[in-house]
Amino acid sequence: MKAHYGYKDGSGDYFIVIDSDKCDGCGECINACPNGVLELILDEFDIEGGTMVAVKDEHRKKIKYSCAPCKPVSGERKIPCVLSCRTNAITHSW
Amino acid sequence: MSQITTQEYWRWPEYRYTVPEKDWHNAKILTAGIDIGSVGSKAAVMLDGELYAYAVIRTGGVSEETAIKVTKWALEGTDLEIEKIHQVVGTGYGRVNVPFANRTITEIACHARGAHYVYGPTVRTVLDIGGQDCKAIRCDERGKVLSFLMNDKCAAGTGRGLEVFADLVGIPIQDLGKVSLQVEKEPQPVSNTCVVFAKAEALALLRQGWSKEKVAAAYHAAMADRITDLLTRVGVSKDFVITGGVSKNDGIVQRLSRLLNVKPLSPKIDPILAGAIGAALFAKALQEKHLGLR
Repeated sequence: MKAHYGYKDGSGDYFIVIDSDKCDGCGECINACPNGVLELILDEFDIEGGTMVAVKDEHRKKIKYSCAPCKPVSGERKIPCVLSCRTNAITHSW
Repeated sequence: MSQITTQEYWRWPEYRYTVPEKDWHNAKILTAGIDIGSVGSKAAVMLDGELYAYAVIRTGGVSEETAIKVTKWALEGTDLEIEKIHQVVGTGYGRVNVPFANRTITEIACHARGAHYVYGPTVRTVLDIGGQDCKAIRCDERGKVLSFLMNDKCAAGTGRGLEVFADLVGIPIQDLGKVSLQVEKEPQPVSNTCVVFAKAEALALLRQGWSKEKVAAAYHAAMADRITDLLTRVGVSKDFVITGGVSKNDGIVQRLSRLLNVKPLSPKIDPILAGAIGAALFAKALQEKHLGLR
């Protein structure tokens, strides 16, 4: 399942997409994120579900600003959570 | 002191229903799904996975009380009591506040599952337009969520926006969709995306002498535009359906089908119940697991 966390407003699309089929719940991205945006949750989508990574509730409506420190306007982008993920389960829409 | 009583145009009717000729005494698995939404609360009681009774009311200030009230009302006239129901699953914004729920499941999973019950297993894209948010969900043939996107940052393009607008133009909310279709030519949509500003803009248009129908059309067109924008990110595949309260608004449904170039299926059951029905179906699966049947 691809979970889109974030929002769309007048200035653009701001979504962190987490593919729960790829995410094995290792939690490396949580350690990598300097802003504490991510958390491990119980998979609420399936009664059989295990754990998966999600964007914390308090960051979902301000993700553009929470993630800003990792997104320089020029130069190479090295987004820690994306780089730390062994299974490539995390993508950013902006 | 004299007072003026004005009609509340935003106020939508609360209702309940029991499916006739069904008896809960013969049922093996009794389940309930309680969907405490931001504006409306829904309860669905199911017997062996078949809808038995339901109720839809407005969410009050205290979610716990609303949960009890809506469930009791759904069971009214039957001699079934909350305690006799085997499994209860809570969903929606207030899902953690259902005191008698055995489990909570996110409304996204419940809407996908419920849409399958309401519209049939051919459903692949579910658009849920609720009171305060809008969700686009892609699912497979079993009703499992494949992809979802929720916009709850802004109330524009939701049921609450329509309530505000109904009050402004003085048209009962149930008739708003039909009224918005009574225009010869579709006007330019209102430009503002925020409910408060869109209302101000609609007011300005009324002052300019636009008819209520024309302003309603502009407002509905803006909402449909916003929702279409959201849907393009997860993609639309057939069959496409709309659930939630706004699915009752023809003005939105027709404009969406025009913009997306797909015709939504027509429901067999009230689509506002999709979340509650989905929760009750999850409750059935839980009970089967509990009994060792699966």
